[in-house]
Amino acid sequence: MPFEYAPAPESRAIVDLESSYGLFIDGAFVDARGGTMFKTVNPATEEVLAEVSEAGADDVDRAVAAARIAYESVWGPMSGRDRAKYLFRIARLIQERSRELAVLESMDNGKPIRESRDVDLPLVAAHFFYHAGWADKLEHAGYGPHPRPLGVAAQVIPWNFPLLMLAWKVAPALACGNTVVLKPAETTPLTALAFADICRQADLPPGVVNILTGAGETGRLLVEHPGVDKVAFTGSTEVGKAIMRSAAGTGKRLTLELGGKAANVVFDDAPIDQAVEGIVNGIFFNQGHVCCAGSRLLLQESIADEVITSLKRRLGTLRLGDPLDKNTDIGAINSSSQLARIDELVKSGEDEGAERWSAPCAIPDRGWWFPPTVFTGVTQAHRIAREEIFGPVLSVLTFRTPDEAVEKANNTPYGLSAGIWTEKGSRILWMAQRLRAGVVWANTFNRFDPASPFGGYKESGFGREGGIQGLGGYLDVEGNR
Amino acid sequence: MSDHSPATPASERLEVRKTYKLFVGGAFPRSESGRTYEVTTAGGVFLANAAMASRKDARDAVLAARKGFGAWSAATAYNRGQVLYRIAEVMEGRRAQFTADVREAEGIDESAAEAQVDAAIDRWVWYAGWADKLAQALGSANPVAGPYFNFSVPEPTGVVAAVAPQDSSLLGLVSVVAPIIVSGNAAIVIASTKRPVPAISLTEVLATSDVPSGVVNVLTGDAAEMMPWLASHGDVNAVDLTGITDPELATSLERDAAGTVKRVLRPTATADWSGDPGLSRLRAFVETKTVWHPMGV
Amino acid sequence: MTLVDALPDSSPGSLRRFLQGLPGVDEVGAVGRAAALGTRSIKKDAKAWAIDAAISMVDLTTLEGMDTPGKVRAMCAKALRPDPTDPTTPSVAAVCVYGDLVAVAREAVGDDLHVAAVATAFPSGRASLDVKLMDTREAVAAGADEIDMVIDRGAFLAGEYGMVFDEILAVKDACGPAHLKVILETGELRTLDNVRRASWLAMLGGADFIKTSTGKVSPAATPPVTLVMLEAVRDFHETTGRLIGVKAAGGIRTSKDAIKYLVLVNETVGDSWLTPDLFRFGASTLLNDLLLQRQRLATGHYSGPDYVTID
Repeated sequence: MPFEYAPAPESRAIVDLESSYGLFIDGAFVDARGGTMFKTVNPATEEVLAEVSEAGADDVDRAVAAARIAYESVWGPMSGRDRAKYLFRIARLIQERSRELAVLESMDNGKPIRESRDVDLPLVAAHFFYHAGWADKLEHAGYGPHPRPLGVAAQVIPWNFPLLMLAWKVAPALACGNTVVLKPAETTPLTALAFADICRQADLPPGVVNILTGAGETGRLLVEHPGVDKVAFTGSTEVGKAIMRSAAGTGKRLTLELGGKAANVVFDDAPIDQAVEGIVNGIFFNQGHVCCAGSRLLLQESIADEVITSLKRRLGTLRLGDPLDKNTDIGAINSSSQLARIDELVKSGEDEGAERWSAPCAIPDRGWWFPPTVFTGVTQAHRIAREEIFGPVLSVLTFRTPDEAVEKANNTPYGLSAGIWTEKGSRILWMAQRLRAGVVWANTFNRFDPASPFGGYKESGFGREGGIQGLGGYLDVEGNR
Repeated sequence: MSDHSPATPASERLEVRKTYKLFVGGAFPRSESGRTYEVTTAGGVFLANAAMASRKDARDAVLAARKGFGAWSAATAYNRGQVLYRIAEVMEGRRAQFTADVREAEGIDESAAEAQVDAAIDRWVWYAGWADKLAQALGSANPVAGPYFNFSVPEPTGVVAAVAPQDSSLLGLVSVVAPIIVSGNAAIVIASTKRPVPAISLTEVLATSDVPSGVVNVLTGDAAEMMPWLASHGDVNAVDLTGITDPELATSLERDAAGTVKRVLRPTATADWSGDPGLSRLRAFVETKTVWHPMGV
Repeated sequence: MTLVDALPDSSPGSLRRFLQGLPGVDEVGAVGRAAALGTRSIKKDAKAWAIDAAISMVDLTTLEGMDTPGKVRAMCAKALRPDPTDPTTPSVAAVCVYGDLVAVAREAVGDDLHVAAVATAFPSGRASLDVKLMDTREAVAAGADEIDMVIDRGAFLAGEYGMVFDEILAVKDACGPAHLKVILETGELRTLDNVRRASWLAMLGGADFIKTSTGKVSPAATPPVTLVMLEAVRDFHETTGRLIGVKAAGGIRTSKDAIKYLVLVNETVGDSWLTPDLFRFGASTLLNDLLLQRQRLATGHYSGPDYVTID
């Protein structure tokens, strides 16, 4: 008997959308000087959710000036204890509004409500709680007896975890005594604007947090603004390099969290069922829109066929569709341009001779979708083994010995994350030591925590977010990055 | 020769002059370019011809450093500490030579030069002690909200290209090199252009104090010529611009470094290297690696 | 090498090598997977279907020292017609009783339901093989067509896999035509690695079903344990072509819990296992909650405990 799950949509009623949004500058929503608006769209339905202001040069000036004044007059001089209390307030407000924020996130981003509800939002709140506690304890963080903030932080975040990336940026910046001007991604501005409202509810002093919506040009104006002391960026390696070039000679401190092409290495003595789950979670979590996604599966040859069979069977159970349905595993691709990018790389995989398999799932008529896809017969030379696809596409390679696994895993300009699956503890530590990646998940994948530093080696960027190490990015300590 | 040269009075011994070469991969090659340049004392008296390293020497140094990085980064922290301490021991035995080198190079008096040399030796000792403490100072066990053991450790960034300070020919140099290598990185350092002799003497110490080949590579010549190649080199992981005095060059090198997202330590204005170095230089050339593992039965 | 290449002969060394060569189970990963499946939201038609499916999979159970023929007869009546107010309610799969009450149960349910007997010195299994076989034969002779045996956990934990295996073979033989459910008592095996090994040992020994628990040890059935057992039957089927059932017993009291198990089955082994022939719940109080939920769906309002029978 087939067990068909009836639709179980989360209600949209909890979200109160306005038809248009201004910029959040100096504690108030204001119109952009240029008056240009852009639309933000639900990627699952192509429905326009709201119109959002595009910040121009004047607006960036205003926001940076507001942040500077707030830094010098209020937030900088404020005691750590009081900064902590503001952050605790924000954390609590996020918890109280978490269902609303989760629904809003899924509507604007296309990610399944199961993930925004169970992963994104709990981590967002946790991030503010964790950093709240640091605000009055910075002298114990190992950066000297009197660590000082940097000043005004310009923060530019991507669309894959809109509110979570905001939390990763804003919480440590504020805890350390900086003020911020943050630009959310063009396609996912709504939860950042909701966060502006939370700042208002928390009575956060005006100018401490400013939110500028816009596209790449707004971001460029912001990070290149001479009035900012710190630039924190999460996004593509290409843009990260451009930011690094623009910051050259300015003395601005940088934190860059860029792309990845993580190897997920499965040995023949792995806990296979959990490894299969880890592979699935590694690449199909958030439609693969994850910089640390385990996009290169390295299978020991002796178990390759068995794992691929199990993997395909498991992928057959993934449920693709309405992101607001509580049973959806795979949501929508965030934008048509991202879908085009995925299509292009998948086509290159086919053209270069890798064997494509896609899960047999129905694709909705409207919106942007891509079925979970696995390429076998991939070699290091294929584009799909080297370039970040940022979609639900897994490239499978094989290896014979641990040395070969390390060599292949490290054979990439990236170095953000890696996975190891084996029941042999000694081998885990041997591998973990040799993998050139900032986060190594052993017998698990895609776990995050505010206490756990996150960030890359090599072209995956520098600086860490989270943990005691993450504070260094927002304190005036020599040699911080 | 039957002809006794009249240039040397019979009472004075004719000195044996040293050939000042590069130090790459544990060997002392001449520049592949065949070029040399005149090095004088601070007072302008000719001291030596030093090798004028080229971009190809820089390239060779990167190869040597990458090779050296493997074993050095895999060595135990205890071992690296021992090696750094050994450098201090060997320098101590050649204190007089270094004092003379520094005095001539920097044009300072004997006691000031001695102070520089002593501080340089002490700096090696200080950093030697950090080798097996760094992971405890910069690492952590992280209390994540779930059944996972999670720890973070500092790891060396890889191959670091550094420009030594132009003024402080020995203490400045040591203050740049020691924090790079103590954590397991391999260094390519461009010595002070005008004051390279103490650096060259240091290479002789490095060659005889258990430092594995390729871990420190010393180039002499013009940083402005070599650094653009190093800052844009795909196999260099970080650049230390300490000794770059031209702000435009520093900016351009930072831009070059962006090509492969290198870590950049920007130029420091500091002329006085005698103060407490702190952890900042150590931090600049380590990566934090975080490892997760479930805890279950 | 696939599992089929590695299947053991019955020698103790071969069994040990085989069981210890099975892939390990990472507990945190298995718990996480089971928890993630537990967040499935089963509503409307799917819920109605699941509740009826769950009712039809219940082994309605009484295993108390104070059991009497009267109690068993009452339970059997309920098993046949769980909700007298609604004849569309399916009957349960079986009744499950101690061996001495099998005859009473069989008389009460006739040929309409299976009668399962716990046997082999249930629940501890601490008796000689002869006693266990006698226990089994008597139950079958009295009309049981399903035997729920317990494995010797002491022997299993001592690594005496051959002994456990031989005992299962012997009991299977004693069952004759009756189906054999092998209770692993996972609450005493403690690790999921042991659960996987014991599942394979039982299946190799001839089990028709593998069952989590006696209900007398806590924890009894849990989603992660059931997940690992389902993975074992899935792999066994792929290796041998044989279909083995799973029975989750003990600790499942609410409809919500029962539906989580059905989701676990559906997404681990597929819906071909969603039949009383291949999945069962061992429970006593679960049935009433299923009936309350069924009434809620039928009437549109919440029901109360006075509207379901207590037998």
